[in-house]
Amino acid sequence: MKLITAVIKPYRLDEVKAALQAFGVHGLTVTEASGYGRQRGHTEVYRGAEYTVDLVPKIRIEVLVEDEDADDLIEVLVKAARTGKIGDGKVWSIPVETAVRVRTGERGPDAL
Amino acid sequence: MPDGFSAGDTAFVLISAALVMLMTPGLAFFYGGMVRAKSTLNMLAMSFLSLGIVSVLWVLYGYSLSFGPDAFAGLIGNLDFLGMRGIGLNELAGTIPVTAFSIFQLMFAIITPALISGAIADRAKFAAWGLFIALWVTIVYFPVAHWVFFFDGGHGGWLGDRNGVIDFAGGTAVHINAGVAGLALCLVLGKRVGFKKDPMRPHSLPLVMLGSGLLWFGWFGFNAGSALAANGVAAMAMVNTQVATGAALVGWLIFEKLKHGAFTTLGAASGAVAGLVAITPACGSVSPLGAVAIGLVAGAVCAAAVSLKYRWGFDDSLDVVGVHAVGGAIGSLLVGVFATGGVGQTAKGLFYGGGLGQLGKQAMGVAVVAAYSFVLSWLLAKAVDKLVGFRVAEEVEVAGIDQAEHAESAYDFSAVGAGLARALPGLAAAASAGPSAGTAVEKSAEKPTEKAAGKAAEKTEVDA
Repeated sequence: MKLITAVIKPYRLDEVKAALQAFGVHGLTVTEASGYGRQRGHTEVYRGAEYTVDLVPKIRIEVLVEDEDADDLIEVLVKAARTGKIGDGKVWSIPVETAVRVRTGERGPDAL
Repeated sequence: MPDGFSAGDTAFVLISAALVMLMTPGLAFFYGGMVRAKSTLNMLAMSFLSLGIVSVLWVLYGYSLSFGPDAFAGLIGNLDFLGMRGIGLNELAGTIPVTAFSIFQLMFAIITPALISGAIADRAKFAAWGLFIALWVTIVYFPVAHWVFFFDGGHGGWLGDRNGVIDFAGGTAVHINAGVAGLALCLVLGKRVGFKKDPMRPHSLPLVMLGSGLLWFGWFGFNAGSALAANGVAAMAMVNTQVATGAALVGWLIFEKLKHGAFTTLGAASGAVAGLVAITPACGSVSPLGAVAIGLVAGAVCAAAVSLKYRWGFDDSLDVVGVHAVGGAIGSLLVGVFATGGVGQTAKGLFYGGGLGQLGKQAMGVAVVAAYSFVLSWLLAKAVDKLVGFRVAEEVEVAGIDQAEHAESAYDFSAVGAGLARALPGLAAAASAGPSAGTAVEKSAEKPTEKAAGKAAEKTEVDA
């Protein structure tokens, strides 16, 4: 199994969710995150005091998939998240040793 | 009621007192939204504490020191009205009961120290702040209110009654007084940890807008109510208050669009408050056009003044100096320029053929109140610091003062539990980790359970 993690622009979440559902993903975890890449942040002004806000809001998505699906899923995800502008985010995957469905105790791919 | 009593005036002043009372919670929100989320409650509570302490001191001796018969050269009232003694239902101040005048003036005494709190946001020990409020109103506010607001046919306060300084509703006694005290306090306490390095963004601008709206609303009581009668002066004061505030809001927005490139909501809220401050001393003596001029000047100048703290390096956290001291001084001085001589007072300003005379008196009033307030506030803050320590520990400030001083958090948006409820019976056993603490908690948790069981047993017997 693989764990796919994606950090994307918040407003692309609905597109990505729809694309992953169409691909056949049964579940995913979404977290509100903040961070920066090459696009850095933006400037805000309060009573003349300028602040550079370098952490911008992002959405972090985590999905578990079987090894053979990983590359296809990443492709689908990236396509749905892309706007072509700076700040579109990153996607990466890492191997997972085990996964357990808490309700039934099923292990491995059966737990997905 | 005795001759001279006016039901209309009394009703108006009582309602005005209630309006001015609402300004202090309004101020709490105005300030509370401007601090970071971790110190919101402390900011709110600093204003609320003034509602508590000053109300009590007012009936004990505050009213007497402020508005008792003059004790010495217009400097302070005597002790005739200690504990409000001798003030019956039928005593009149003008056309209204003395009690109505007293409750109206109390609200001014409450909001003035509350205004100071913005200068020392996020870092003052709550008990030290309470001690400071009590000392400051006693030694600074009550005497200055006597100087400015106590009229007794030329035998009253030395600035207003004896020397003709015009301060209709408190530009000197309230705003310069609080603004300069704020400067003294932030110098004594020092800068917030991370000042000029860490971003200190307002955590909730909607709260700031709500607070400024409540201040604006309450200010009609503050200014129009200061006519102490439901008459033309009150109505003109209300008109002037509205248009000066509108003009200042616009003035601030234009300044910051030109200087910083954006119209900010914080600028709109701050501009409104700057206009309210500046028109306060002037609303009973200028025309609506004069009020527009005062508002525009106050909006633009205060917008520029709030940047001084970064240049000069004093951490007046929420700009009490830039808005209240500067705005109060602008309004008080411009009375000497725009007073028409035909609204509430006969003195004329520079633009209405009065020459420089009134302007000189106004400058004297501004200088005297600013100097007295700065020196005494600085000394009192030093004294409080020596006695109990004014500032919280650095780690408390960094973690957020709400936790350490109030044992509360302002916001809980998390659906996940914040912790275990140790004080609730039944849950206590699960919460206790150590064996000794565990027994203690379990014991106290069992008691209510036994009681409940006993009651249930009794009930069964009765039923049987």
